Amino acid sequence: MIKTDILIIGAGPTGLFTVFEAGLLKLRCHLIDALPQPGGQCSEIYPKKPIYDIPAYPEILAGDLVDKLMKQIEPFQPGFTLGERAETIEKLEDDTFVVTTSRGTQHNAPIVAIAGGLGSFEPRKPPIPNIGSYEDKGVEYIIRDPEIYRNKKVVIAGGGDSALDWSIFLADVASSVTLIHRRNEFRGALDSVEKVQELKNSGKIELVTPAEVVALVGEEKLSEVIVQQGSGQHNLACDHFIPLFGLAPKLGPIADWGLDIEKNAIKVDNTLDYQTNIPGIYAIGDVNTYPGKLKLILCGFHEATLMCQSAYQRIFPDKRYVMKYTTVGGVEGFDGSKKEAPKAVVKTIE
Amino acid sequence: MEDIKITIVDREGVTHEVDAPTDMNMNLMEVIRSYELAPEGTIGVCGGMAMCASCQCYVETDHVLPEMSYDEDAMLAEAFNVKDNSRLGCQLFMTPALNGLKISIAPES
Repeated sequence: MIKTDILIIGAGPTGLFTVFEAGLLKLRCHLIDALPQPGGQCSEIYPKKPIYDIPAYPEILAGDLVDKLMKQIEPFQPGFTLGERAETIEKLEDDTFVVTTSRGTQHNAPIVAIAGGLGSFEPRKPPIPNIGSYEDKGVEYIIRDPEIYRNKKVVIAGGGDSALDWSIFLADVASSVTLIHRRNEFRGALDSVEKVQELKNSGKIELVTPAEVVALVGEEKLSEVIVQQGSGQHNLACDHFIPLFGLAPKLGPIADWGLDIEKNAIKVDNTLDYQTNIPGIYAIGDVNTYPGKLKLILCGFHEATLMCQSAYQRIFPDKRYVMKYTTVGGVEGFDGSKKEAPKAVVKTIE
Repeated sequence: MEDIKITIVDREGVTHEVDAPTDMNMNLMEVIRSYELAPEGTIGVCGGMAMCASCQCYVETDHVLPEMSYDEDAMLAEAFNVKDNSRLGCQLFMTPALNGLKISIAPES
């Protein structure tokens, strides 16, 4: 079991900055994120987009902001559980929480800070009737183990990089690969588009465009997809249907943790400390809501700072503390590093 | 600059005629949010970067609209419930030329 002082769910900018503010209070942090790298949306969706409203940065790329935050929190040695989604939470008798991820990793902390942004990124599911009943019975939205497609008939839908890349990869594994896209053009990297063209010419991939899968057929498991092409429809026998339409954020399992939810966000007390209706669980950044809420990175930083002060009081109710400026107290890392302002040289005039 | 009139049919099928400012660099997605015509968290999820299609709208009038950017076109190629008159609300900025525009908000997907 991983133990820490503040367990942060979500490694976006707000979650990362929490590590810094907690570190100033000598509190250790561990972060969980469903994505395989830190940075949240900034890394996953728009790393190359400039942000113009980070105080003191007239312009900074989202990816660079994440890099700088990672550098800033380095002295506080945060732990990371990446590529795993926080699934369940349990309160223990000692008033601490245990959060378990999708892969069963357990984390224990007296404070949980949900900095989950828009939620965890999950595959976008096409609106095909009954698709839910074929999930794991021939329909997969993510390819976890390509070997299950060996010598099988596979239909892939989508027009982006993911659909192209997997079609190329599975062309050597599956007995047949059919790629179906609503348009004739594909929007992937040029290399991938050319490779798919080659594989089509050599008969290793069948392209069906412009077309859409509109229905699924099969008794116990998927056996055919029904393809709409122009005004006509035809059936296509297959063992697997893999729709690859990118990822979309969903609040996910957090919505079932007993927290007050409003407008797809977690309600918090913004007059005090961004605590939720469950004492010890806070929500900061884009994932929370309160009167006047703005979903801005700079607001998330502010919320994280206030939240850490409250977390300290909750962990150490009998200790007195006042906030210290870093210009006065410097920054003492858990790694033994210390940053502080250079001491003034005092000279006597003789 | 004067406000323009926009007619918005929400996801429940209810028609709303609203005033939209043309001097605040607002897009259609933001106009819909400002009048709370779709629940928060179901529209403008990506913040207006043409990266989620949660603000997909069907344009019901024959206004001349700005051409689609590569990003908008690419997003609509991957989105669901797309029709010939689909546009992303976040990419349609309020200008006097859009006075009288009528749109309906596409279903949530």
